[in-house]
Order: sequence, then C-alpha cells, then structure tokens
Amino acid sequence: MKKALKAAFPCTVPIMLGYLSIGIAFGLLFQNAGYNFVWAFGMSVLVYAGAMQFIAVSILTSGLSLIQAAVMTLLVNIRHMFYGLSFLDTFSKMGKAKGYMIFSLTDETYSLLCSIQSPEDVDPKKFLFSVSFLNQCYWVAGSVLGSLLGSFITFDTTGMDFAMTALFIVIFLDQWKAYKTHRPALIGLAASAAVLIAVGPDNMALPAMLLITALLLVFRRPISAKLQSDEDVLTADADTAPAEAAATSADPEVRKEVTL
Amino acid sequence: MIHLTGPMYAAAVILVIAAVTFCTRLAPFVLFSRGETPKIITYLGNALPPAVMAMLVVYCLRSTPILAAPHGVPELLAILTVVALHLWKRNNLISILCGTAVYMFLIQAVF
Repeated sequence: MKKALKAAFPCTVPIMLGYLSIGIAFGLLFQNAGYNFVWAFGMSVLVYAGAMQFIAVSILTSGLSLIQAAVMTLLVNIRHMFYGLSFLDTFSKMGKAKGYMIFSLTDETYSLLCSIQSPEDVDPKKFLFSVSFLNQCYWVAGSVLGSLLGSFITFDTTGMDFAMTALFIVIFLDQWKAYKTHRPALIGLAASAAVLIAVGPDNMALPAMLLITALLLVFRRPISAKLQSDEDVLTADADTAPAEAAATSADPEVRKEVTL
Repeated sequence: MIHLTGPMYAAAVILVIAAVTFCTRLAPFVLFSRGETPKIITYLGNALPPAVMAMLVVYCLRSTPILAAPHGVPELLAILTVVALHLWKRNNLISILCGTAVYMFLIQAVF
C-alpha cells in the first residue's frame, strides 16, 4: 500500500493544489457562517463534493427544508451519474474498495482516473484507490485548514482555483491526442457553450450533460467506428490496464501501439 | 414533518446532501450491474470522457464576465499559457502551475 501511495502521489499533485485552495476557501466560508472546523471536517468527509459544499453553506444559512436541499443536490450533482459509466468494469473488479471508489468519484478524481496509468510494478487496484484516497485527504485537509486559519491568512489566494480549470484543460488536450476521433471533444465543447449561452451559468450542468449524451448517441455510428479498436482493447485487457479502460493514456506512444 | 433546529438541522441537511450525492455517483453501478453492460452504455463510457472534460472546462469558466471588464482577458491569457506549455512540454504539473500563477498574477496585480 505504501508503494502504491508513493506512486500515486505525483499524479495527484495538481489536484492537491486545487483541492487545498478550494478547500481552504470552503473552510473560510463555512467558519464565517458559524460552523467550526468539526463541521467542515464532517462535511468534507461525508459529502465530498466541491461545488455542492459551497451551495450547502448557503442552504444552511437560508434554512431551506431537507427536501429542497435534496432536490438542489440532485440538480447540481446529477452530472456525476455519467462518470461511473466510464468505470463500471474497473471499479467492479476492485473488491472491498469498490464502495469507496464510487463514493469518491468527484469531477477532479474522475478526470484524473481517466488520464492516468498505474506503473508496472504497482498493483493497479491499490494505485487507483491511493489516487482517490489522497484526493479526499487534500480536500478534507484544505477545508479544515481554511476553517482553522479563518481570517488569519495573509496570502492572497484569489484566482488559485484556476488550478482546476487548468487541470481540465490539460486532460482535455491529452485526450485530444489519445483519441482517434475528435467528435466527442468537439460535441462537448459546442454543446456546453450553447447551453451556457441559452440557460446561463447557474443551471448549465444538467442540460449540458443531457445534450452531450444525446449528441453522442446521434453520432454513435461514426464515433463508434473510430472507437472500435479501443473497445477491443478494453474488453481484452481491462484487468491490467484500468487507465486504458477510459480509452486514454498518459503515454501517447503506448496508446498508438495499441490502436494501430 | 419534524421541525429541526440548530445543530440537528445542520447535521440533517449535511446527511441528506451526502446521501443524494452518493446516490448520483452510485446510480450507474446499480442500473448496469446485472450481467453484461449494454453496448450502448459501454459506448457512452468510452465516448463521454473527452466530451465531459470539455464540459468541465466550460463549466469552470461559466461565470467569466465577457461583456464587462476585463472581458475574460485574464482567463484567455491563462488558458493560452496552459495550452502552449502543454503542447510544448507535455508536463501536467508545469502546465497547471504556470497557468495558475499567470492567472493569479493577472487578476491580482494587472486587472
């Protein structure tokens, strides 16, 4: 396990930066709303959802009902329903860790798990678990830290959350190179931009995910034809190459050999 | 319905949010656990990641003011930094750190 954690740590550094800074921001906000570090710790351990925890603070301060809280959570986090689709096989082979892997599938962990490959000398299951576990540690640590430090922070962290945006851009570029067809990426970009313009920034996630899914289904034939070789790899080799299950690879050379 | 107040109310809200969040993450595993995963779902699982990544980039930038000053210029410059560095070096950490540093500098000191 120690070995797996050691191997996983470098991959998680970008998430660490993002989670620590956003976590600190969350802790600060929660503390200001009258909830101390025990609450921040509890929420980050139990809920573990970045954007939603910020919304939770405003739910608590405005005293919404439990039903309203549930509906709001469903709307904000329903995009997570699509993430598991990429890991149905991978997680199901992880035994006891399966539950935790599903629980901890945040935006950032999802994107990282899509893009990494476990080193050859490390058990891939332990490696993936380590990545997910480390990520949550950063998030919990960040929120507790933010809560504790309160207003004592002198370092201006404004803009630090751009680390998350940068991470998604980097993974987008890696996948652009790894995929034989760029249609899914272009569909994602066009559909999200269109939905953002149409419904505005507050409610874009769910309609964007639905439009993306619909368009991917409409263009299934041409996209599927290009992905076919990837799917063969997936079924033949899913056990030893969990990172490839998402049809991406940290090492473009490996991917090329596999797809050609 | 029982009316909760104070810490009990807060704890209940947090538990509800935790439960619903977990359900959204669990749903595909419950829906497609029996036997073979349908082909269409396997296809979506393969095709979704790049599309979702594009969505997350747009999602992160969703509140950027385009019409008001500074018109998204800091975001644009920071994105260009990330893309250029990544195409050049292909090192995740360098791309992300430099892009974030550029962005922080731009919105704190320039704009």
